[in-house]
Amino acid sequence: MAIVVDENTRLLIQGITGREGQFHGQQMINYGTQVVAGVTPGKGGQTTLGEVPVFNTVEQAVKETGCNASVIYVPPRFAADAALEAIEAGLRTVIIITEGIPTMQMMTVYHEARRQGVLLQGPNCPGTISPGKCKVGIMPGHIHKPGRVGVISRSGTLTYAVVWELTRASIGQSTCVGIGGDPIIGATFVDFLELFEKDADTDAVVVIGEIGGTDEQDAARYVRDHMSKPVVGFVAGLTAPPGKRMGHAGAIISGGEGTAQEKIEVFRECGVEPVELPSEIPGKIKNLIGATSA
Amino acid sequence: MKIHEYQAKAILAKYDVPIPRGQVASTADEAVTIAAEIGSWPVVIKAQVHVGGRGKAGGVKLANSAEEVRQHAGAILGMDIKGITVRKVLVEPGIDIKHEIYLGIILDRITKAPVIMASAEGGVEIEEVAKTNPEKILKLVVPPTYGLRGHHSIIAADFLDIPADARKTFKKVLDGLVAAFIDNDCSLAEINPLVLTGSGHVIACDAKMNFDDNALPWHPELAELRDDGEEDPLEVEARQKSLNYVRLDGRIGCIVNGAGLAMGTMDVVKHFGGTPANFLDIGGGAKAEQVAEALNLITSDPNVDVIFFNIFGGIVRCDIVAQGVLDALKSLPDFDYPIVMRLSGTNDEQARKMLTDSPIHIAATMAEGAQLAVKLSEEKRTAGV
Repeated sequence: MAIVVDENTRLLIQGITGREGQFHGQQMINYGTQVVAGVTPGKGGQTTLGEVPVFNTVEQAVKETGCNASVIYVPPRFAADAALEAIEAGLRTVIIITEGIPTMQMMTVYHEARRQGVLLQGPNCPGTISPGKCKVGIMPGHIHKPGRVGVISRSGTLTYAVVWELTRASIGQSTCVGIGGDPIIGATFVDFLELFEKDADTDAVVVIGEIGGTDEQDAARYVRDHMSKPVVGFVAGLTAPPGKRMGHAGAIISGGEGTAQEKIEVFRECGVEPVELPSEIPGKIKNLIGATSA
Repeated sequence: MKIHEYQAKAILAKYDVPIPRGQVASTADEAVTIAAEIGSWPVVIKAQVHVGGRGKAGGVKLANSAEEVRQHAGAILGMDIKGITVRKVLVEPGIDIKHEIYLGIILDRITKAPVIMASAEGGVEIEEVAKTNPEKILKLVVPPTYGLRGHHSIIAADFLDIPADARKTFKKVLDGLVAAFIDNDCSLAEINPLVLTGSGHVIACDAKMNFDDNALPWHPELAELRDDGEEDPLEVEARQKSLNYVRLDGRIGCIVNGAGLAMGTMDVVKHFGGTPANFLDIGGGAKAEQVAEALNLITSDPNVDVIFFNIFGGIVRCDIVAQGVLDALKSLPDFDYPIVMRLSGTNDEQARKMLTDSPIHIAATMAEGAQLAVKLSEEKRTAGV
């Protein structure tokens, strides 16, 4: 087992003929992900990346290939529409990689996904990888290693850095999830913590947060109230000045709220083990679950 | 993106929100002409700057004669408010204030919906009211599926104790504010204060609007309202070059791919006793020219001693970044800043090989890189370079 994606994932790529869709589509196939279909309106009937059929609509792709999850590389202008199309066509897992979607448009997508019970991940996220089984997104596959630690993060490259530290310390990962850096995202830390708590192949979880909003605080309270597995937490942005957007649209300290200090404090109160440097994470994990079970 | 008060008022006016009939002036002479056109005293002269606290800084004055207009406008224009030079003033008729109300709307991350905030304690910082008297703020969710309806304005008017004769205009203001917020992809729209006048009118005396940067491609008319003079010149230059840059006041210039890692890098530099000079995310698919531009940008900040690259290859391949640095150095023969580089991920070995014959210091981990950058910065300080 793993969470979100695994060897049974039959993946649809929306925006498969674009630059990002082509590059990362090939990377995912090379990793072993079953990429069964692509959608680019107007390009239906072609095949790409070897044998992958391209369809004009998600509905056709589902009917012809039985795809059960979608990853979206569509440019910001059309990305919200692409997500709504995937939800309407009945896909239960929709992962939006695209950065730059207006928040107001994501509001509509969020509420529709929720109404339909769809697991919406992102936008502005690196995707999900269950090492050795399935990679959906843009993370470099080779830095991961199959194992029993779950990783949930708001950022892309910071997560890779943490995963790489884990792998070098011989700590493998069950699944690594990027929730996305935008103000309105689909599934949050809490949703994925719930999945990891239930996952028989996960022994501990690493949460990598950043400034802005209250998702990390909610995650900490969830850990306190509902988790039996140990959780280690890191928050980026201790040095971030207030009122400035730090790259991610959601990474802004507003009205003195959403600071890294505040989040780390709540981590501590709720029994999430805080670390000051990403490089301290492997040691902390080993202390918590023992070097062997990782 | 932020805009000025006079621009926000112009947008609200299109949505039938009553505003004072003022105009904006860039010279004291223009201000005097506008005051004469208004034709009644007093007039109010308000500095147009994006930062808050202009009233306390002396950027808002009442004038009772043409001479006072000239005097106040002259003093406010050119005034420095929190590091920003005032270049425009708004001249408006003075309003007979009976009561001040706060009315705002934000896109709330928790309910994932627009949320109206209303308070009878207008004219002050709403964050202060939220801290000291949270029960004095009404929070009203605008349902994302069906939007603002009639009962919402009744609930708000009751909470604010709006008198019967002003309720029709109050509803018009609330409808207009919410419609302007949604149509223009705002992240914040605020009327503070919304004034009830002695003669029973409702009028928006101050307004603020911030827009979702991601939505600007949908609103070319809003992008034209951007005022580059209100921002750090290096940040403006960075935006024009599609670099994600925020200036800080430290010594170590950071160039990183990915926003989270960029924040993490700043923190690690600080952890090892250094000070970050900036946040800079070179983003996905960074090209050689872009890396060169990032180097130029960072070194135009005189505080910078050393450059620390922290690159983790996902979308961005390490060899592309390495080639970018080498090309940049070739194009800048006088460049003498020490460079520390940490490269991991896609094509990292190839990238490190490309750099072996260069003067660049290569670090294996983020912590090692940060420590080295801090050391080089200190050495430079001690050497008095």
